[in-house]
Amino acid sequence: MGDNPSRSENATAGDLGVTGRHARGAGTGVSPRSYEEPPFGGGGALPKKTRFGMEAGFKGLSVAAGAMVLVIIVAIAVFLISKAVPAINADTENFLTYKSWFPNDTEPKFGIAVLAFGTVLTSIIALLVAVPIALGIALFLSHYAPKRLATPLGFVIDLLAAVPSVVFGLWGRDVFLEPVRNFSLWLNEYFSWIPIFGGDGPFGRSVLLGSLVLAIMVLPIVTSLSREVFMQTPGMNEEAALALGATKWEMVRTAVLPYGKPGVIAAVMLGLGRALGETIALALTLGVVFNISFNIIENGGNSIAANIANSFGEANETGRGALIASGLVLFAITLVVNMAARAIIYRRREFRDSAA
Amino acid sequence: MSLLERESAGVVMTPDNIRSQKLHPGLNIGIAVAALVVGMAVAYGFGIGNYVLGVVLGVVFYLVGLQIVAGRIEGRRAARDRMWKTLIYAACVLAILPLASVVWTLISKGVGRLDGDFFGSSMNNIGARDPDGGAYHAIIGTLEQVGIATLMAVPLGVLGAIYLVEYGRGKFATTVRFFVDVMTGIPSIVAGLFILSFWVLIVSPWFNNGTPRFSGFAASLALTVLMLPTIVRSTEEMLRLVPGPLREGAYALGVPQWKTILKVVVPTALPGIVTGVMLAVARAAGETAPVLLVAGGAAAINFDPFAGGQQSLSLFVYQQAGDASRYAPARAWTAALTLVAIVLVLTVAAKLLARRNSLSK
Repeated sequence: MGDNPSRSENATAGDLGVTGRHARGAGTGVSPRSYEEPPFGGGGALPKKTRFGMEAGFKGLSVAAGAMVLVIIVAIAVFLISKAVPAINADTENFLTYKSWFPNDTEPKFGIAVLAFGTVLTSIIALLVAVPIALGIALFLSHYAPKRLATPLGFVIDLLAAVPSVVFGLWGRDVFLEPVRNFSLWLNEYFSWIPIFGGDGPFGRSVLLGSLVLAIMVLPIVTSLSREVFMQTPGMNEEAALALGATKWEMVRTAVLPYGKPGVIAAVMLGLGRALGETIALALTLGVVFNISFNIIENGGNSIAANIANSFGEANETGRGALIASGLVLFAITLVVNMAARAIIYRRREFRDSAA
Repeated sequence: MSLLERESAGVVMTPDNIRSQKLHPGLNIGIAVAALVVGMAVAYGFGIGNYVLGVVLGVVFYLVGLQIVAGRIEGRRAARDRMWKTLIYAACVLAILPLASVVWTLISKGVGRLDGDFFGSSMNNIGARDPDGGAYHAIIGTLEQVGIATLMAVPLGVLGAIYLVEYGRGKFATTVRFFVDVMTGIPSIVAGLFILSFWVLIVSPWFNNGTPRFSGFAASLALTVLMLPTIVRSTEEMLRLVPGPLREGAYALGVPQWKTILKVVVPTALPGIVTGVMLAVARAAGETAPVLLVAGGAAAINFDPFAGGQQSLSLFVYQQAGDASRYAPARAWTAALTLVAIVLVLTVAAKLLARRNSLSK
């Protein structure tokens, strides 16, 4: 105790045998607030560094919480694989290429091909429709609309991103089906020479309906992320373009769009990730048919997520494993898409904080 | 002799001849009306479509006409500027139409069953021919599942964000931050499958004599997986906004780091953190797929989130939408209206709170 007074727990160095907190005589230095800390006058104002104190404990707790994210991602992969592998082994056909889904039979036959195709097809059509419109709205909100209109409109767009997908699905099935069916009939009448609009019907609950509903759902996400990026365009760049005599559109094309390009790409990728994983809206609107067809207006279409929601109810153990295997494929696809999107955002660090 | 002087030699420069000519607004409207008339005439005259096609053709003709007329008067570049402006405005209108339709349908179809019976009874013993039945059990389920999920996700998420902001240095922190972002994009159905294979099929048999069991708690776990990254991200952003001098002031007074974080940093950022949590809760309340996979749904009231299937509002909408009963759509729409009301109230409250937040200004 006497060897190292500045570091010892209850050191009273400098005191003349007085141990009471308030009984200390004047002139012996500033008194410490508690017995745990050495008196300042005695040298060594720093509290003792303990191995298992609150400090280390709290830090450990927060590191564990941070690591939890990695644990969850790894656990998702591990548990999905552990349930998927027995089912894939039980599959009597090739899981990657077989074009049907009968995992509940005594001889399970199922393949991911149709579902993966449907997932990618619906998502791509949805993005083809949604992205130009979303960019238009984003530009409108950031550069064209008067501020009095832009702020509430941006607020509404943010609210729409929060509307649950099941509501869009219900709307698509109960309300939007009719106009899309009429549109499909019209397309079929005049453009049936294009293979994607061919077929003899029935029309309506088609890839087109699913994709359009998906597009409406992706729209707010892509819009709000792109708007954030467009708003961050340095005013200097815009003013320089205008000062050189550019019209407003030329200013947008030469200053805003190039600056926002990585952010827009990332927003589109995030929208793609959302579209790929969308379940309920597609389960309610697609007309579940197992075939690979580019015809987008005839009843049909399917996707990995919609198939899980639709056929989970009657699945037996192998059936569940098969659905989990398809979910694993979806997980892998979305993981790749999301990581690519994030990598793009991270390369341009200024977008990192806005594109959450 | 400079270019300017040579040009201005014979002409007196006045504002009228320096300024380039503008397309008169009346002419602009005239082109629009003419284009619409021609579009309608083509659509109905050839019998190839209805008014929708007429409007679409009208927009196309308007763009072409504008390009020609404005190109003559204002020059090619200004005409192109007008064309893009029109397209951008058109995109806005085009997007608002379906969204307005969603809102209108929600309200007009949703009020049909908006009565006390809907909020006071469950679907127990409600057959296909019974017009009544309600979503009481679903509301209970949603509240319990989302509540438990919030209890789990908030401490974990806030601690994770504290790690990223206060302690995280180096490669590990970068990796965690990257995967938090990646995790934001995990589809809800995958989270559901994860909890299905982990909790329902592997862990729950231990408590239930060896048979897997659906439960509301499993749904909470899945929702936790979905809420966690959102909460981490929003909290992280808020903690980063806390001014450094506040922390340094606390350190200078000898306050240990953990106490600084808990007593200074987190309280300062609290309004922002609450906003982020509310947005995450709103999103979780609307998730259907994970609840479908791991809570299973139920027709009766089940207050116990740890035993047996439980309904949730969004799953109720989905199941009623797929129900053959002619009374099911009305129930589905009213439940959807209730769900949207809950979600929107949470979201609007969160956004208003964010506006009052002095940190993010």
